[in-house]
Amino acid sequence: MKAYITYFKLKFISSLQYRSAAWAGIATQFFFGFVYVMVYVAFYESGGKNLPMELSQIITYLWLNQSLLALVNQFSKDQELFKIIRDGGVSYELARPKNLYFMWYFKILGQRLANVTLRFFPLIIITTILPYPFHLGGPASLLHFLSFLLSLILGTLLVVALSVFYPIITLITMNEKGIVNLLMTIASVLSGVSIPIPFFPKFLQIISSFLPFQYISDLPFRLYVGNISLTDGVFGMCIQFIWIVIFIILGNIIMRINIKKIVVQGG
Amino acid sequence: MSFIEIKQISKTFKVAKKKSGLKESIKSFFKRDFIEVKAVDDISFSIEEGEIVGYIGPNGAGKSTTIKILSGILIPDSGECQIDGMTPWKDRVRYVKKIGVVFGQRSQLWWDIPAEDTFDLLKDIYEIPEEEYQATKEDLINKLDLHDIINIPVRQLSLGQRMRCEIAASLLHNPKILFLDEPTIGLDAVSKQVVRDFIKKLNKEKKTTVILTSHDMADITALAKRIILIGKGHVLYDGSLKKLQIKYETEKYVSIKTKDKLTIRKKGIKNKIKTKNGYDLVINANEISISELLNVISKKITIEDIEIDHENIDSIIVKLYKDYKI
Repeated sequence: MKAYITYFKLKFISSLQYRSAAWAGIATQFFFGFVYVMVYVAFYESGGKNLPMELSQIITYLWLNQSLLALVNQFSKDQELFKIIRDGGVSYELARPKNLYFMWYFKILGQRLANVTLRFFPLIIITTILPYPFHLGGPASLLHFLSFLLSLILGTLLVVALSVFYPIITLITMNEKGIVNLLMTIASVLSGVSIPIPFFPKFLQIISSFLPFQYISDLPFRLYVGNISLTDGVFGMCIQFIWIVIFIILGNIIMRINIKKIVVQGG
Repeated sequence: MSFIEIKQISKTFKVAKKKSGLKESIKSFFKRDFIEVKAVDDISFSIEEGEIVGYIGPNGAGKSTTIKILSGILIPDSGECQIDGMTPWKDRVRYVKKIGVVFGQRSQLWWDIPAEDTFDLLKDIYEIPEEEYQATKEDLINKLDLHDIINIPVRQLSLGQRMRCEIAASLLHNPKILFLDEPTIGLDAVSKQVVRDFIKKLNKEKKTTVILTSHDMADITALAKRIILIGKGHVLYDGSLKKLQIKYETEKYVSIKTKDKLTIRKKGIKNKIKTKNGYDLVINANEISISELLNVISKKITIEDIEIDHENIDSIIVKLYKDYKI
């Protein structure tokens, strides 16, 4: 276990070195967040009826999404892992007396936590002091806030478990641009990152509730703004937990199969 | 039973066949043809503890594939392998604790952070006890002269400096076997010397078994008494380097440039090949001396130019490859 934590720590340390990337990320997230907020403000002010969320809720949701994007997004790839698979550096990973799946799991977790640490605070501060109605609001209640934190942790573990699949698939496909990109796009749309789940058509909401993607960030954000009751929140967290277990078991099985078929590139 | 025992290992890779050109590319988009390439074909050998073995062969001969099979990274299609009582790919996690690997063309050090941080990580990965780790690290730092470079981010190191750190990283857990896959590739003469001296010392002091591949025959001559030559996936020669030298040094290649036709039949001339500008002769220097040969030839034809191949280990290898048609 200690090795995995050190793995995580090193990944964290080396990712922290890219400070200008973090500043660029903050600017991008702020810009996109603002565009999204404006769209929803215009939408609400033009008098939409039967809207599933209040305006202040959706704006807070959007800012949370942007602030924590580096942690919970489903389209960022751990470039280092894809690189070592492409150029054969994966040899060294296989020559270690550790479970490769968990080495990669903690690498990705470390990367995501490092990225979000650098971006999170400036964005939260800036968006909180924005004028009404464009600002990031507080949580619905203390209990909502606590359940938000817990489900955010579970959501992070879930998104990492999902992200480990991509390099594992790449072990066989050798290039992450085909099937992996396709999977990422589907996961992204169904996660509520582009459009929050409550705005989905009914049938898509039902389909989506049977898939893991909305349990990554949509659940914690909606808990924070109070769009989901605490009981539903607890139920959601149970589903998060089940998905995490399923993904980790499945990931280990596929990893074991793929290691047997592996071809190391280049000499 | 030897320390390392390999029996009839074979490994085949499927390679997608693709002809050049747009039409063929489109065709292969829908239907891909695969050809099977036998990277390693029925390889057997055994190695005793404490040996240094040079594993040589031309590019694409199957050297790296063998190293990867022996280090538990690749799984062969067939064959048996027992190393220190374990099968690498079956007991992978237990087995790799006992071995160290250095791939000269790859890096195990984290690019953005100093090598020492990677060392600390390896300490946890290999679960090395603190005291043993400190002692081994100190020893490696001294022997490989890493004092000044261990705290610099790896991306700022020169290739030679980095390779020294790579080797240190592979030895922190005191492995019984060290696999070196082209450890001196791209290094300058001094760095090569440092690496060679270090490996020699390591083998002497710790009795570490070393399996080394290299295209630099100077590495092989400096380190290995025994070589295994592999070509097209087969073992072609397995024995002492000395024997090979004696065998091949008796043979000399003489290229003669001439316009005349040469018919010669004499003891000691082992082969005669007509080339574009004349003839290539292979002679056995024990049976016929160069001066004797020239005497005979110059009486028959006009020699425009003559070239006698001098012996060094590289040309022995070239001849060896030629002999085995690899």
